[in-house]
Amino acid sequence: MATEKVTAANFNDLVLKSATPVLVDFWAEWCGPCRAVAPILEEISNEYSEKIKIVKLNTDEEGAIAMKYGINSIPTMNVFVGGQVVKSIVGAKPKPALVRELAEFLN
Amino acid sequence: MSVDYSKLHDLVIVGSGPAGYTAGIYASRAQISPVLYEGSVTAGGALMNTTEVENFPGFEHGIMGPDLMDQMRKQALRFGTQLVTDDIATMDLSGDVKVLVDGSGNQIKSRAVILAMGSAYKELGLENEKRLSGRGVSWCATCDGFFFREQVIAVVGGGDSAMEEANFLTKFASKVILLHRRSELRASKIMVERAKANPKIEFRFNTQVLDVLGDEKVTGLRVSDVNSGAQSELAVTGLFIAIGHSPRSELVRDQVDLNNDGYVQVEGRSTRTNIKGVFACGDLVDHTYRQAITAAGSGCQAALDAERFLAGH
Repeated sequence: MATEKVTAANFNDLVLKSATPVLVDFWAEWCGPCRAVAPILEEISNEYSEKIKIVKLNTDEEGAIAMKYGINSIPTMNVFVGGQVVKSIVGAKPKPALVRELAEFLN
Repeated sequence: MSVDYSKLHDLVIVGSGPAGYTAGIYASRAQISPVLYEGSVTAGGALMNTTEVENFPGFEHGIMGPDLMDQMRKQALRFGTQLVTDDIATMDLSGDVKVLVDGSGNQIKSRAVILAMGSAYKELGLENEKRLSGRGVSWCATCDGFFFREQVIAVVGGGDSAMEEANFLTKFASKVILLHRRSELRASKIMVERAKANPKIEFRFNTQVLDVLGDEKVTGLRVSDVNSGAQSELAVTGLFIAIGHSPRSELVRDQVDLNNDGYVQVEGRSTRTNIKGVFACGDLVDHTYRQAITAAGSGCQAALDAERFLAGH
């Protein structure tokens, strides 16, 4: 699986200290649109593996991190560069729309 | 099994709510080999965002929306509907051969098309509503209610959806303020009773939302009394909008006849649009009833109308 699971234990290393941009997919089991967008993120992760890393954070399991980043609606996809959130995408989107929104990181 | 784009198909169905899947069931049983586009992230339609469906006939104890749609989907698959989990980006319905392009750029050609794109949430139309969408403003209680634990939030609307959302949200919120611009709710009596019996729901009638306040997230609302015009601020950290739906007819706006509100027009009680070989059903057409069961019924009609059309050729 191209997208890795991120937890409180590895958040620092996997996300904040990453040299490449990291997209954190905030999701939960009960969230339909989250499940719908998951395969799309897998595809993007595979196709653009050099440019961006995509990781998944389960908001039920990691509530503290979700709250810290003010997650109010899922799916929320936050792009981290140098430890900071530089882009926030809320809601499931079709692949062409997501690729367009992430263009600055993928090219 | 992937779609054969080189051949001329008999029927493409666009949409995957009760209307779309029911059309798929009937069309595949008629051996028309329908190809159904269910949407890349919206498969299942509006019922995917609801919890219990108590009024769809055949389910004595009710059924969860996503479960009902899952069953319809499986039923469509069982009889041979070819499902594509992608969106339709453009449609050219003008010729005898209809040409549709999906989200991945593939072009599919078909003799007949059933339009079942359904409807989308209506927005209040405020700039800050859009800006704060996903940051305190939501149209889906089941999706986002979870994040409003112990908060005071507002729900706008006066129909069944608003009642359902308000009730559902009291599972999480400490208080739900129901704002309605009229003096009476138009929701079904049973839903109104439930909401009124819920101690966490406060009703404010004759109230209109003028603006959504907050920089990074919702901190309140500016509201006014519809009669006196008096304005005030309401301190809430969430706003759920449940004021109805608009038909998703954007893709066919300049091709099929629409009424003033954007609903696709059909001939009498059939599902025939003004274009030969193009049929429409579900909430894309229905502005009166908008129930899962009426959508499913019209999906069946669309498949039968399409079948007759194809047989005549």
